[in-house]
Order: sequence, then structure tokens, then C-alpha cells
Amino acid sequence: MNNLLKVENLKQRFDLHSDFLDKIKFKNGKFSFVNKRVKAVNGVNFSIKKGEVFGLVGESGCGKSTTAKTIIKLYEPESGKIIFNGEDISNYNYKEMLPVRRNIQMIFQDPYASLNPRQRLQDIIMEPMLFHDIVSDRKEAYAKMLDIIEKVGLRREHAYRFPHQFSGGQRQRIGIARSLAVEPEFIIADEPVSALDVSIQAQILNILMDLKEEFHFSYLFIAHDLSVVKHISDRLGVMYLGFLVEKGNKEKIFSDPQHPYTKALFSAVPTIDGANLDEIIELEGQVPDPVNLPQGCCFHSRCPYSMPICEEERPELVEIEEDHMVACHLL
Amino acid sequence: MVEKLLEVKDLKTYFHTFKGIVKAVDGVSFKLNKGEILGIVGESGGGKSVTGFSILKLIDDPGKIENGEILFNGENLVNKSEKEMKKIRGSKISMIFQDPMTSLNPLYTIQQQIGEVLKIHTNMNAEQRKQRCINLLDDVGIPQPEARLKSYPHQFSGGMRQRAIIAAALAAEPELIIADEPTTALDVTIQAQILRLMKKLVKEKNTSLLLITHDLAVVAEMVDRAIVLYCGQVMETGKIDDLIHQPIHPYTYGLLNSIPRLNDQKKRLSQIEGMVPNMFELPKGCNYAPRCDYCQERCLKEEPKIREIYEGHRVSCHYPLSREGSHE
Repeated sequence: MNNLLKVENLKQRFDLHSDFLDKIKFKNGKFSFVNKRVKAVNGVNFSIKKGEVFGLVGESGCGKSTTAKTIIKLYEPESGKIIFNGEDISNYNYKEMLPVRRNIQMIFQDPYASLNPRQRLQDIIMEPMLFHDIVSDRKEAYAKMLDIIEKVGLRREHAYRFPHQFSGGQRQRIGIARSLAVEPEFIIADEPVSALDVSIQAQILNILMDLKEEFHFSYLFIAHDLSVVKHISDRLGVMYLGFLVEKGNKEKIFSDPQHPYTKALFSAVPTIDGANLDEIIELEGQVPDPVNLPQGCCFHSRCPYSMPICEEERPELVEIEEDHMVACHLL
Repeated sequence: MVEKLLEVKDLKTYFHTFKGIVKAVDGVSFKLNKGEILGIVGESGGGKSVTGFSILKLIDDPGKIENGEILFNGENLVNKSEKEMKKIRGSKISMIFQDPMTSLNPLYTIQQQIGEVLKIHTNMNAEQRKQRCINLLDDVGIPQPEARLKSYPHQFSGGMRQRAIIAAALAAEPELIIADEPTTALDVTIQAQILRLMKKLVKEKNTSLLLITHDLAVVAEMVDRAIVLYCGQVMETGKIDDLIHQPIHPYTYGLLNSIPRLNDQKKRLSQIEGMVPNMFELPKGCNYAPRCDYCQERCLKEEPKIREIYEGHRVSCHYPLSREGSHE
């Protein structure tokens, strides 16, 4: 199978002092030049095949969302390649990105903030179709819009309503419908269910799965809830401090996590069957500051198995079995 | 011997808005024993938080406690004046809120904030208070507590802030702690640490804990008993094992089945159709009836009364499920 999306050595940095004057600091009678940069994504590699769901998990601040936003080029990547459908889009400018954007759509976390409060549902869905010339005229767009909103479980009579007249779950359906409007091949879903109630979450997850079956989408699915990621993904990557520490087939990672961070993360998930709390692998300390990345392995300061080499050399992702890669010196 | 600490009888908290009356809590009753952890679960709008706030009488206009008794150590809190309540809040009953940043004052140090509780509710002098602050911070697992006393909240991470809040909640050795979504804003690894810490402290000090959360897995890990709320009413209550493994209310059953599980291979989640009804236009009869798979004619007309089906396992449903999950 060919890769729909391939991300190679993707890096993303943010300047803490973006303004030139910001960078000049006066201290101890001297002027000095500071340039602190948040190293959000540090050389991430992964590929997503056609029709595949790739899950990205990790704790807040680990760079999941930044990776997603860089792929769709809402942020310009610092370095690295983003290859979509064989095209390297990492250096595309705004104009060159437009046709690509038709094929990559995004569903955002907060259904309240991602819809224009002054647009009616029909306009929210029809605007991207008309913009990307998917349809020839408004009439066709209207018919297609009705079709799409029914697909995501909204009713025809909702078409004239404004976002504030919908509940949270319905708004997330609108977000999904909007991404469907341009018939994309690839959907990035950034925490699409974390703002929703349990019963609504199940409805949205089912819709996402049904649509995938019907249209053969690929998803990049970002979530912090591991059970949701396990449910929906085929393959997944575990991120820590902007690094991918483990990636591969879902079943393999969940049944036999290898990286100490993945183990600790999985052990911390509360389960319905209870009694997991006693078996937590507790991590000492805190996530290091992404401005000053630690030498060596990103996880060595909290790792219970830390060795001298971990403080010096950064481990590469190594394949330990088919479709299961881990970045750790232990292996 | 189990001692009863808190008993809530037929609590009704209504909000009188311009659009009409919202029955946020509509006839909730439960008991909480000493040293017990009770969970309140449900979806948003279920009345979980309002129940918690009602116990502390933190209900502002247009809300009002319309009816019911809140017996805390045999005293009815509903009849207490604001002045009397102030003596109880923080000393006998304390509360932990969801967002650790908004419940700490950014302008005061951690010592000042925990010390304030001690200043108001105990007779300790300044030196004793400082020592107690250090002990409390140590208890909740903050490293180098003495050095941390002078820190401000922004110098703490999210998990540390929540630990500091727990320290403040424990400061006056309350008999009851109400924790409203204490870990929802935190990462899983931090959540696990905080939950474990809370469970340990509660059991050590024989404090009772009322844990309010939407997360069934957290409840399953933490509590002894739980009540499931839906639209301000108790749907089901019982021991946590019974609720999780043998739910008898279709709502609980549906909720449990709609969560993806780590050790499960299901392709599709079973889902509860529809959504929580508008609080201004609650359905006639059972509130859950419009979404219920087992709804019958009687459910649409007559509101079910809560009744005991098995020992300690109560349900408010005309046609409860049998314990094997099938319909009786």
C-alpha cells in the first residue's frame, strides 16, 4: 500500500521573543541578546497509509496539536518534509497550498470556537464547496449540503439555524460535516470528542468510523484519552516532549508497550474494571522545559531505568518487531 | 460500626430564571458514612455540581434550595444561617474544585492561602501554622515543602496546584470533602497520582469524600458507592461493583456500553440515541424515557419512584434490567 502522508524529521520551533526589541535584554549593566525558543516538535517521522487511522497520543504540551497544525501548514515547519500524495508540501506557499487544503481537512477540539457564530449551518457547509469549486452553482451546493448534514445525523430543518442553537454534540457534527463538504482524502481530527459527554462521544466516534468506511478516509486522530485512541486507530504514535518515543501497530503497542514512558502512561489510565490505581507506575518529577531540551534521551530525567548512556546519547527509533518501533537504549 | 455522616433527603434546588424554572436537582436523596467515598456521576447538566454546592449552601440567586434536608452529623444545614455556614465551610466540610488555577489566588503565596484556612478555623499561632503548612504540603507530596511555602501559584505546575488545593482542603481536618471534578483538567499520569493521593489521605484520616465526576472509570477506581444522576434525579445507586458490573437502570447500562475500553475489541460502540432533554421542557414521566431502548407506554406517563431492587441497590425505573443485563 502506498503512503498518503509521510512526515520526515519534522521540527517546529516557536520564538518566545519574536520581536527584535524583545530579544535585547538589559542585565547587570550590560545589554545582551536572548533568543529563547520553545522546541515543540523535534524530528518526528511517521507515515499514514490510505484508509488508515493513525492515532497520536501524549500528555498536554507534548506537541501533538503542533504536529497536526504544522502538517496542514497552519504553522510553517522549521525543517523536515511533509509529503502528501507524493508531493512535498513543506515549502508550498499559501497559493500552492490551496488545492492541497481541499484534500486535507481538520476537525477541531472545541466545537463552540470553531464555527462562525454569524453563519447559518447551510452557509458553513456550502462556503467551502463553493470556494473550492466542488460544485458548479449554489443550487447544487444546497442539495449536497442537505445530503451531508443528514449523513452526520443532523436534520434538514437545521439548515437555517445558527451555531448557538445547537448543542455541543450537534456542533461537533457540524464541524465534521464541514470537513466532509470538500470531499477530502485526509482528515486531521484534533481531540474531536474531548469536549463532549460520554453518550455523545460514542455517537461522534461512530459517525467518524462510519464515514471512514464509506469514503475511505485516512485520519490523523489526536486525543489524550487512550481508550478512545485505542478504539479508533489502526496504528499509533506516542509523543513525549516533541519526540515520538514509540510507534507502530495498535495491537502490538497496547498489548506489549516497550518504552518506559508508554508503560507509565498506559498504567495511569483509570479503567472501568477498577483496581488499576494500585498498579500505577508513578513518574518522578515533571516534564522538562521544552526551551532547554535535556541532553540525551528526552525521558531520562524521569525514567526509572535511566542509565549513563541515556544522559548522553539520544536514542533513535528502532524496529523491535514488525511495525513496532521504540526509541530507547534499553532495547 | 458504620456511622452516618451526611444524609441528604429529597433535596430540590431550583433556578428561577426568566425563561422558567430549571429543576437542577429534583428530589435527590443519599447517605454518606464516615470514611466512605461516594461518587456522583452523570453527564453535564445532570445536577452533579449543584448537588455538591447545595450541601455547602453555595447556591446564589436565582437558585434556591426549595425543599429537603441536608443532615450533617444530625444537624440540618438547610436551616443554618450564612454566618453558621461560614464556620462549617472549610473546617467541617471543604471543597476541591475542577480548575486549580482559578481556585487559588494568584496574588498570595501558597503559605498565605493554606494559612488562611488555619487562621480562621483554628487557634494556632503563626509558628504553628507555618509548621502545619509544611506538614500538609509534605503529606500531599510536594517536594521541599519548606522552600515552596513562599511560592506563588503560577510557579506551580497544574498537578502541584491541585496538590496545594488538596492541602488547603485538608488543613482544618474536615470530616467531609466535596471534590468537584478534581482531576478533569489534568493529564492522565497526574490524574492517577492525584487520585491515589486523595484515596490514601481519605482512608488515613477517616474523612468522607464526595467525588463528583463525569468519568465512570475514575469512579470505578475510586469510590465505594455511587449515585448516577440524570436531569437532576437519581437514576440508580448502589455499591460500585454492582453498578459497574450489573447495572439495572437502562441509562447506566447505556453509559457503560458507550465507553471505549482498553481491553475490548468492539468495532462499533453502542450509543445512547438523542441527547439530554432541555431542562425547561423535561419530558412527562421518566426523564430518560425518550432515549431509552426499553421505553414503554407507562414510562411516558408516570414518573418512576426510586425503589430498592437488590440489597443496597436502588433504581428509579418502571422496568429495571435484571442483573445479567437482559430485560425482565
